[in-house]
Amino acid sequence: MNIDFVVNNVWELIVTGLTQGSIYALVALGYTLVYGVLKLINFAHSEVFMVGTFASWLTWNWLGLGVDTKVPPMVQVLGYVVIAMAVAAVAAGATALVIERVAYRPLRKRNAPSLIFLITAIGASLVLMEAVGIIVDRQPRGMPRLVQPAAQFDFFDATVYNVQIVIVVSALAMMAALDFFIKRTKWGRGVRAVAQNPETASLMGVNRDRIIMLIFALGGILAGFAAVLYCLKVGSTTYDVGFNLGIAAFAAAVLGGIGNLRGALLGGLLLGVVENFGAGLFGNPWRQVVSFLVLVLVLLFRPNGILGESLGRARV
Amino acid sequence: MRQRFVRVAGGAALAAAMVASAAACASSNGGETAAANKCGYKIAFFGALTGGNAILGINIRDGAKLALKQYNDKHKDCTVDLVEKDSEGSAEKAPPLATAVAGDSKILGVVGPAFSGESKVANPILSSAGVVILTASATNPALATSGWKTFHRGLGNDASQGPAAARYIKNTLKAQKVFVIDDASEYGKGLADQVKQTLGTAVIGSDVIQEKQTDFSALVAKIQAANPDAIFHGGYVREGAPFLKQLRGAGVKATYVAGDGAKTDDLISGAGKDSAEGSILTCPCVPGDKVEGSFPADYKALSGRDPGTYSAEAYDAANILLKGIEAGNTTRAKLNDFVSKYEGQGITTKFKFQDNGELDPNSVAVWAYIVKNGQIVPDKEIPKA
Amino acid sequence: MTQTNDKPRAGVTDRLRRFDDRRVEAVSGLRRRWSDLPRGWRVGAMAAFLVVLYALPNLQIPFIRTTETDFTGILFLVAVYVLIAVGLNVVVGLAGLLDLGYIGFFAVGAYTVAIFGSPQSPVVIKYPWIVCIPLAIALTMISGVLLGWPTLRLRGDYLAIVTLGFGEIIRLFAVNSSITAGNRGITGVPVPPGNWPSFVQTLGVDGEPLGGRSLFSINDTRPFYWLALTAVLICMYAVRRLENSRVGRSWLAIREDEDAAEIMGVPSFRFKLWAFAIGAALGGLSGALFATKQTFFNAETVLLQTSILYVAAVVVGGAGNLLGVTIGAVIIAYLPERFREFADYRYLIFGLALIAVMIFRPQGILPSRRRAVELADRAKEAPVNG
Repeated sequence: MNIDFVVNNVWELIVTGLTQGSIYALVALGYTLVYGVLKLINFAHSEVFMVGTFASWLTWNWLGLGVDTKVPPMVQVLGYVVIAMAVAAVAAGATALVIERVAYRPLRKRNAPSLIFLITAIGASLVLMEAVGIIVDRQPRGMPRLVQPAAQFDFFDATVYNVQIVIVVSALAMMAALDFFIKRTKWGRGVRAVAQNPETASLMGVNRDRIIMLIFALGGILAGFAAVLYCLKVGSTTYDVGFNLGIAAFAAAVLGGIGNLRGALLGGLLLGVVENFGAGLFGNPWRQVVSFLVLVLVLLFRPNGILGESLGRARV
Repeated sequence: MRQRFVRVAGGAALAAAMVASAAACASSNGGETAAANKCGYKIAFFGALTGGNAILGINIRDGAKLALKQYNDKHKDCTVDLVEKDSEGSAEKAPPLATAVAGDSKILGVVGPAFSGESKVANPILSSAGVVILTASATNPALATSGWKTFHRGLGNDASQGPAAARYIKNTLKAQKVFVIDDASEYGKGLADQVKQTLGTAVIGSDVIQEKQTDFSALVAKIQAANPDAIFHGGYVREGAPFLKQLRGAGVKATYVAGDGAKTDDLISGAGKDSAEGSILTCPCVPGDKVEGSFPADYKALSGRDPGTYSAEAYDAANILLKGIEAGNTTRAKLNDFVSKYEGQGITTKFKFQDNGELDPNSVAVWAYIVKNGQIVPDKEIPKA
Repeated sequence: MTQTNDKPRAGVTDRLRRFDDRRVEAVSGLRRRWSDLPRGWRVGAMAAFLVVLYALPNLQIPFIRTTETDFTGILFLVAVYVLIAVGLNVVVGLAGLLDLGYIGFFAVGAYTVAIFGSPQSPVVIKYPWIVCIPLAIALTMISGVLLGWPTLRLRGDYLAIVTLGFGEIIRLFAVNSSITAGNRGITGVPVPPGNWPSFVQTLGVDGEPLGGRSLFSINDTRPFYWLALTAVLICMYAVRRLENSRVGRSWLAIREDEDAAEIMGVPSFRFKLWAFAIGAALGGLSGALFATKQTFFNAETVLLQTSILYVAAVVVGGAGNLLGVTIGAVIIAYLPERFREFADYRYLIFGLALIAVMIFRPQGILPSRRRAVELADRAKEAPVNG
């Protein structure tokens, strides 16, 4: 127990926790979207994120940015990040669609129970992870340093760095955009309709297959964005980077209430902060233990997560 | 119905008979080939060739392969084969492989097992069957005290490397404040504990990271607050490279010191030249350009890459076993006697084993390497005590 | 809204399906013939089959035998995996609870034997093996109840993440706590007592006759295999009896429809807890046997990925069917070892196979009859939603 450290660094821990939590939240959205509509845990989503990190690594390599590149000027950096986000979003979105097409759709046609989906998801996840692992020789890949971390301002007594601002702000912006998309557009109405009652939605003329492809693509795109942010923050990736992050993100989705978009955001941010406090109190190795214990405790008192499951019943 | 069953049963019996006769054929074939090849002795490589830690195993395998190739070029009439046992570095996969080695009487010695964890399950099996064990990389000190009578270690253990790294930090870097991290692995924790013990009060903080961890922001913040002169990392390059990169990214200037587990070019390619510059890597292994003769060039010709960590040690280990076979020690017991009494110069050091299988302390050389201009270059041999 | 059944399928898929259908017919034909046989014949055949199982390490069967690695060692591993699959089948297949952290129980069992039996561990009093095994089973059962008590009230998908978390907590504890000695591990795990009968004149590895020497030694994996095989057979028999008892029928009822079962007077929570505890006990036993044979256990063996593979074994083989999950476990433990020559591609191929098997046969290779019917029913309902 290291209470002194935690007390002295409360705000520091909150700021770094929120940064990590934003990435969790973006990945958690992928789980939540799919679960909200199909009641299915998309176990392969973590590998979608992993593909995103490698897509951004490849993009930057194509653009001539190696691990040794000096930090480029601000305007260029913005361009590089936007390009990488575009490529990663396309790559991750496409991966998610392929998983849906190959591993899920044939099962959906037979109305298989969710356990079967889980196994094909595990299979898909193994295939993606092993394929990338073989291609990159199972070695970590370093990213260029695009943003020189620089202290921007103090938040209470914590120093806030530019990278952290970039990550949290872009994550929140994407969340807001998704929220708008689901709640205000015609496509979003379709998603909510299918989530509420697939059969009635079909009868009302909603193309269920297309809506399902849409949610997989959306989840993939968000995972791609998260992957670029992760690369900015961490600066390297490996073929099995998805596994642990995927579990944390899934836990975040459950914590907030799986199937609930705002729940994913809340769960992600909360989990990031809780993990940080756990690591501060008990030491780094116990980080995940603390976060899982918190998850179990929350589920005991609120069996549907903090905000409950409500993609279908989203307030309009 | 009954009739049908009889037909089925008959078919099954026929199939069984065929299998049995095929089995008989197979075993007699095996006997013939063994009899035809009167030499046909083998050496086994034992370690990870696939999975996350494969690169270390491949380095060792290729070192041994080179030694065998050179031996077989000289002795075309009586060649020695290399048997590759890919344990994936896992204690679960290792025992059946070790039993397979023990059961093949033509295998006289093993270069390996590569890691300390798998050694603990494989060595008892190998040793009780008398197979000569000569590891080129497993550096856990406890391996020599387990009473395995055929165990030999062709390099210094963690108990020699850890204190040497600590002495380098204290005497050469003149660091007053040292932060020690380890990855809770058998190797990393063992090394870090030795360093902590030797440095004593100079250690101002320590933390444990997890294997496969990629995000070190919390740890970096903690180190930043502690403001050390040097950081010792007991662990592998996989965590070392991203850690170092994030450390420098946050502006921490403290010297990064790590053991042989991080001494590969992946540290530089993973962390970036700027971040890795000036890092110190210790290793109970002799620098490549100190390695005598044409080893580096031959190795590259064979495997297509430069000798990596433990390649030269594996080459030496295989050569010692081969010298024993060349001298006519073609049973496991005789070869074990030969290796135990062996004295001679290899390319890495002068080999002489103690009773427990450890290398003679006078032969153990721990070197410090430094990253300069994106290259790992030898700095100096760390003086003993 | 197209009717999938009317869609023309690609030729290859179609042929594969037809092939699979024929295989299923053959299997069910065999089943029928088997049950039509006179009792005496059946007992005889079973006895012969058991003898073959026990004799496997000594039989030189080509192609089946692994070439690069010791066959008996692999047989032992397979037996341990079968035991795990039988245990997990109680939880997943019979009671329908998704447990992704089963390796946690495996680890608790293994560590119990290691900590209470090995002279290397910090626990002062040492117990012989014969005491350690029941202790391991008891402790894992308790840990199963401790995990199940708060979490079994949760719905299926939530249970998955909580059990996954449990597995991860056990792993982290194993890596970081001083009692388990992390990756350094605990050596000197005790082995069972017992000697070879003195009349056995077969020669051991060192060329001396085996008679009179200790049965469980590092040189000979066969006794460990026989021990594990015996444990598997006993547990299978016990689970089969449970399955056909009131408890088993309650599990099935809960699996099919928990609310309906509750209304019919089945105390679902209590039976789910039982399933969890029994599954945990079998997992603990398999871990204990594994640690015994290794005489060493460390945290590297406790991997969440392995835990997920266990679930794959149960589902691929056919959840709910004892023979099915056995086949699943054999596939998972044996195939990667038999085909070592594929080296780095092993798990890639394995992943592809998982997808393929599940798409063509969601009910598993050898499904339980009841479950197959249920799946067929669901498939009939499918086009409505498709």
